[in-house]
Amino acid sequence: MIVAKRKPLDEIAEMIAPYEKVAIIGCRSCVAICLAGGEKEVKMLVSAMKLKNRKDGREQSLDGFVLERQCEKEWVKEVEEKILDSDIVLSMSCSLGTQTIGDMYPHRIVVPGLNTAIFGVPEEQGLWSEKCLGCGDCIIDTTGGICPIARCAKSMLNGPCGGSSDGHCEVNLDIECAWYAIHERLKLQNRLELMEYVRPPKNWSTSHSGGRRIIVREDAKLTPHQKRGQEVLE
Amino acid sequence: MKAGSNLEKALEDGKFAVTAEIGPPQSANPEPLVHHAKMLKGYAEAFNLTDNQTAVVRLSSIAAAAIVMREGVEPVIQMTCRDRNRIALQSDLLGASAIGVRNVLCLTGDHQTFGNEKSAKSVFDFDSISELYTFDKLRTEGLQSGGEKITDPPKVYLGCAENPFATPYEFRGMRMAKKVNAGADFVQTQAIFDMDMFEIWMDDVRSRGLDKKTHILAGVIPMKTAGAARYMKNKVPGMIVPNSIIDRMKKVSDPKEEGIRLCLEQIETLKNMKGVHGVHIMAVMWEEIVPRIVETAGLLQRPMYK
Repeated sequence: MIVAKRKPLDEIAEMIAPYEKVAIIGCRSCVAICLAGGEKEVKMLVSAMKLKNRKDGREQSLDGFVLERQCEKEWVKEVEEKILDSDIVLSMSCSLGTQTIGDMYPHRIVVPGLNTAIFGVPEEQGLWSEKCLGCGDCIIDTTGGICPIARCAKSMLNGPCGGSSDGHCEVNLDIECAWYAIHERLKLQNRLELMEYVRPPKNWSTSHSGGRRIIVREDAKLTPHQKRGQEVLE
Repeated sequence: MKAGSNLEKALEDGKFAVTAEIGPPQSANPEPLVHHAKMLKGYAEAFNLTDNQTAVVRLSSIAAAAIVMREGVEPVIQMTCRDRNRIALQSDLLGASAIGVRNVLCLTGDHQTFGNEKSAKSVFDFDSISELYTFDKLRTEGLQSGGEKITDPPKVYLGCAENPFATPYEFRGMRMAKKVNAGADFVQTQAIFDMDMFEIWMDDVRSRGLDKKTHILAGVIPMKTAGAARYMKNKVPGMIVPNSIIDRMKKVSDPKEEGIRLCLEQIETLKNMKGVHGVHIMAVMWEEIVPRIVETAGLLQRPMYK
């Protein structure tokens, strides 16, 4: 899932300070599960902001609510009135939700309440770890199911660098060395020969390096007929 | 001959070669390079010019190579993948070859979090092995990474580093095999303090026949203090310094002399080790000691080819 982290209260307060009516919008998807922008976090932020405003002597109306999925226009549309009624939207979703609202209502100022960080996995309560960078060309069939692009600080493709010590990464000794983990996994699977293969330079054009990516599924698109039908319904 | 460098000639002739390091300054002043070049000339086949080592911004290794070449010193330029993508790496290789650089050491590079530009965006388009693979194709077939064929390919002798002391240990011989298959003509190892462990690695290397396919230059670091030994043990990832060495440096009244003695003992052992074809002396911030070490180790009488 997408893992995000709430921005510090002072930074949030500074972004919204010049505005009177603030809509604070959370999201029930990834950011709720990673405890950054769900119902509870929105409530907590509203209370914290109210306290801060009282201390700072600032008058501000703070309206907090939560959408099912902020990155989908249909869900955003449901709260259109509240959005249009506000002076500023503080989005407590990942940057995808924030940008969805911004793109739908270009005259509205929409600011991020969270820092969107990683494609991560909840390893234990309160701990998420990055495991994918979305490079667009998955190779983990040859690396024991462990992604060296995301899990190695240098995205190495041919085994660990010279800084791996006791199975840990030189950049952060609290983190395992991805290639140490790959080596151990392949050993377990009796597939160590995969470590020997010289991987030629990776084609990064499927990643962000190839420019902004748009995925089109022609078979999933609505036909002109279906589109007309939808308009009639609306 | 692939490139015709001193280093290549010495190694291909089966001589016991010596390489050492010159660290470019953190300034635009060429004088420290000229000073070290004059002082060290003739004491090694070639000298590594480090490429922003430990991710600290320094005068570029290719520019440094041009400066030491004017003093008659042969460079080995280090090229890391940390700061340049494949366009810049290949471009710099062509440029380096054009100004007469004949030895190139392919490295992945220390991560930028170690250096003085921690906010830098990392590149790592290649790792050292894909860099070797690409450079080898470029020099032998004139083929660029993207498939374009060029005339006048670079003339370079290609090297790599290997660290027998990083985990997983059992992969380290295989990793070197990958580098040799990718095109490494010579290998400079991480500094050796645990000679027994180095022997185990060399056994693996010899059993894979790698000492016949490439030239191994064993890395040594002369130390000035026990503190330096402790620092390398505790702070440098992938480095193993046995306590016995730290104790030995601690016990003596003149640790500098003891450091030199230890380094000379290591060189003596390495000279007699099957499959080791030379030493790489990394006298970090102590370049002036290199002539004495080379002379005392009996390595001064080496043929000079130019």
